[in-house]
Amino acid sequence: MTYVIAGSCIKDDSCIEVCPVDCIHPKPGDPDFEAVEQLYIDPELCIDCDACVEACPIDAVFAEFEIPEKYGYALELNAEFFAGRSTIERTAA
Amino acid sequence: MARARPRVAIVGAGPAGAFAAASLLRARGDAEIDLFERLPTPWGLLRGGVAPDHQEIKRLDERFDEETLRRGCRFLGNVEVGLDISHEELARHYSAVIYATGAQTDKSLGIPGEDLPGSWAATEFVAWYNGHPDYRDLEFDLSAERAVVIGNGNVAADVTRMLMLSAAELERTDVADHALEALRESSVEEVVVVGRRGPAQAAFTSAELRELGHLDGVDIRVDAADVELDPVSREWLAEEGTFTARKNVELLREFAARPAGSGAGRRIDLRFLRSPVEIRGSGKVEAIDIRRNEIVRSGDGSLRAQAVDEAVETIECGLVMRSVGYRAVPLPDVPFDERFFVLPNERGRVLTADGKPLRGVYAVGWIKRGPTGILGTNKRDAEETVGCLVEDLGTGALAPPPDDGPGQMDALLAQRKPDLVTIDGWRAIDGHELELGQRRQRPRVKLASREELLAAAGAAAN
Repeated sequence: MTYVIAGSCIKDDSCIEVCPVDCIHPKPGDPDFEAVEQLYIDPELCIDCDACVEACPIDAVFAEFEIPEKYGYALELNAEFFAGRSTIERTAA
Repeated sequence: MARARPRVAIVGAGPAGAFAAASLLRARGDAEIDLFERLPTPWGLLRGGVAPDHQEIKRLDERFDEETLRRGCRFLGNVEVGLDISHEELARHYSAVIYATGAQTDKSLGIPGEDLPGSWAATEFVAWYNGHPDYRDLEFDLSAERAVVIGNGNVAADVTRMLMLSAAELERTDVADHALEALRESSVEEVVVVGRRGPAQAAFTSAELRELGHLDGVDIRVDAADVELDPVSREWLAEEGTFTARKNVELLREFAARPAGSGAGRRIDLRFLRSPVEIRGSGKVEAIDIRRNEIVRSGDGSLRAQAVDEAVETIECGLVMRSVGYRAVPLPDVPFDERFFVLPNERGRVLTADGKPLRGVYAVGWIKRGPTGILGTNKRDAEETVGCLVEDLGTGALAPPPDDGPGQMDALLAQRKPDLVTIDGWRAIDGHELELGQRRQRPRVKLASREELLAAAGAAAN
């Protein structure tokens, strides 16, 4: 299971502040932070704790099994953002 | 000795001002903040810019309210700084003034016919459908079948969607009533969206582009030849392209591959590598001439669009929306950078002509960095500005204001603005709009004239 961020994300970074495993990227200060249109959750690291759901001011985070139809693409999109990054890159950030 | 509580004025209650107030209250819980706003309502483009069908984003108002007004920050609405209260008066009364006034006008295309009736800045249409009281009397002629949107950013995507949504879909939003009525009668069946650069350089977010391809009853057309990337763009996308640019190209290829004409009633036609050269018509917009571009690499390595030849293609249309960016306007008695259309500043500290910080004056949001980024960008921007302000408070760089009587600004406002809208007035407006919405099963029904807004606010005061 994982949580995912939908395209309605406004890059308020409240979710990053509360994530206990640092699985939401990019983070403020990362080189690609300003260029990305939204934040993404790394499905391999997410521990389904729900903290980001509580923190998001616009309810842009969903549990994998509760994604509304219009954001159906989000599961694949979040995973794809991290595809090609090694485990070390993912956990060191 | 107990340190004095800093008194700070924030000019503009949009997202940048709200994030700045929240950030300042986090850093200095003792700060007394007055949030000035020229409209009777707070939250700026969250209310007046974000598209009505993006209600989930408008929910950010609850967080703003919680982190500012509910923590003692005062709302002083219907007050225009520079008109009702001068910068000098603010400087006399507050330890610091933060300008968060945004970018209130639009960039022009600089082509003939731009001022013909029927040619609009997309931002005017946005303000109109969102119920901005200064724009409610605009009359958009929606009787032509084809509209052309110039630009490839998210505002262009928003206005395209608003022109294409069905009445039933619009009714589920908080679109202003006058706009709902006009759009219900709209004859627009096709929106042609013209971008000067190619698919790889389009400024849409992939989320906005994806939405355009998934509207009920609306076909999307993209010419397969347009999504065949030129060698320069192909190389750029592979080496420097962002995740969004790659997704956009993927989406556009998918749209191009869709079978033609599903028979849906309405159509969006995305045209790339085209620049408008003239808007034509006798007395009103009847057509727009566009020219073909190619992508070339400039000396500095950046990509730009350059005309291929002088050949012109004419698109007949009755409405043109120009969406090529916002632009800030100078503020009275504060330095202004005429090249970049911002307050000259260093990390939010406003600078004088000789490059030294102008004591006690700060900037945040679009008036600080230019009209770029999305809502959340203002959060980091506000933290930077507020960080400087808090540092200056700590080093004693900000002297206590000469006019140190806390009641003096209130006395000025009472004298000049009997129709000042405070938090009670705003709560009354908000409650009234939500109640009207509930009755009509809509998220909110906006009061869209100053008279109605002030009447609703005044009812609370009396």
